[in-house]
Amino acid sequence: MEAGIISYGAYIPRYRIKPEEIGRVWGEDGAARGKGLGVMAKSVPAPDEDVITIAVEAARNALKRVDIDPKDIGAIYTGSESHPYAVKPTSTVVAEAIMASPDLTAADYEFACKAGTAALQNVLGLVESGIIKYGMAIGSDTSQGAPGDPLEYTASAGGAAFLVGKDGVIAEINGMYSYTTDTPDFWRREGQPYPSHGGRFTGEPAYFRHVLTAAKGMMERMGTEAKDYDYVVLHQPNGKFPRRAAKKLGFSPEQLETGLLTPRIGNTYSGAVPLGLSAVLDAAEPGNRILAVSFGSGAGSDAFDITVTDEMKKFRKERAPLVMDMVNDEVFIDYATYVKYRKKIRRKGD
Amino acid sequence: MNMPRFWREIQGRYNLIGSRCGNCGEYFFPKRDICPKCHRKSVGKMETVKFSGRGRIISYSIVHDPHPEYKDMRPYIMAIIELEEGPRLTAQVVDCSPEEVKTGMEVEATFRKLAEDGKEGVIFYGYKFRPLRK
Ligand SMILES: [Zn+2]
Repeated sequence: MEAGIISYGAYIPRYRIKPEEIGRVWGEDGAARGKGLGVMAKSVPAPDEDVITIAVEAARNALKRVDIDPKDIGAIYTGSESHPYAVKPTSTVVAEAIMASPDLTAADYEFACKAGTAALQNVLGLVESGIIKYGMAIGSDTSQGAPGDPLEYTASAGGAAFLVGKDGVIAEINGMYSYTTDTPDFWRREGQPYPSHGGRFTGEPAYFRHVLTAAKGMMERMGTEAKDYDYVVLHQPNGKFPRRAAKKLGFSPEQLETGLLTPRIGNTYSGAVPLGLSAVLDAAEPGNRILAVSFGSGAGSDAFDITVTDEMKKFRKERAPLVMDMVNDEVFIDYATYVKYRKKIRRKGD
Repeated sequence: MNMPRFWREIQGRYNLIGSRCGNCGEYFFPKRDICPKCHRKSVGKMETVKFSGRGRIISYSIVHDPHPEYKDMRPYIMAIIELEEGPRLTAQVVDCSPEEVKTGMEVEATFRKLAEDGKEGVIFYGYKFRPLRK
């Protein structure tokens, strides 16, 4: 298709907590837990950060790298499962904060961890059809695990934004394919602060079935095999699942490595594949081919077949921080500070 | 925080929108309709500008006894910042510990939550500053 990624930007909060520290509080062997999950640390947002501030920072980083008038952005969609408001879209604040308002459409997307890629599909459609000139798709989350729940070792925060257009495309979309079923592997009812999950049920019938089917379906449609790609980015709820899925699909650890951030920052939910893809774009060269497959509980997967173009040579990447710059900018906090930052302490008036 | 007033000032708070006097060239933040130096000569010559967000710390204080809303961040840094275009403003400096902050430190604007009107109310967003990422 003509529409493609013309810029991207990421944002990761700098605070981190280690599995050892979480395990210390709950009487578990945190180091062993972390090792089992393939996670060394997870990012934690500061008390004044949320999905909106992360989305704005990512969108601004994307805009720094190109010289376009933000007023030409015709749509902003933000995918998240932790929008600060139940009613009042995140995307309205993002639009105002990047000076794209008011002549545009904006909406928020929800589909567990794949809301960001759902937003990307829709923006690509609007640009491809010529209805809008540019569109911004963002995946941003500050996900929460209930205190003491296994999810607490991984649920983290971060996001990335993609600017889509037809001129100056740095990453061409060769094709998209999605696979969706009604699978109750993980959910959160309205008004509940923490999600529930089906335990072991989250693995085979949920993550693996959807990610593997979407990846195979995409490759079938493109007539490709694992060896045709330079990079693969898979949803990464922990460090283990994407490694196992990549292996089953015939990808090498080297193809997966660059876009696998969960070991360092945890599971950023809607931010996960967008951040992984951003890390790959930070490193990729013209001609490189990328397969990206998201996963959202409930359940579904979106696959994208992407080729990096010659425009990447002219792209002003250095105008915004690279993903690894933010991954490496880490300040470790203890569990007490973490529960205060994440507002898990019940206070007077709560 | 007063919501109608905040809403009117959103462009200033979100995007550091201010003014430049077309007569003497001086920059102002927040936005002004008339230049305090040129008075009548500036009428109709005030331009709207977006500041780059880069600046340096002129002076700062460490707040130990904050407004209840800011307790989670205690102790935190409030600083007078001079934007590279000239105007000065007061803002919180984040992603920086009281041990790290220095007069003259280069900073850049970041988008953060400023306050919220209780658990059911509106959330206010706007600029804070952080050490400049090189
Ligand atoms: Zn003047």
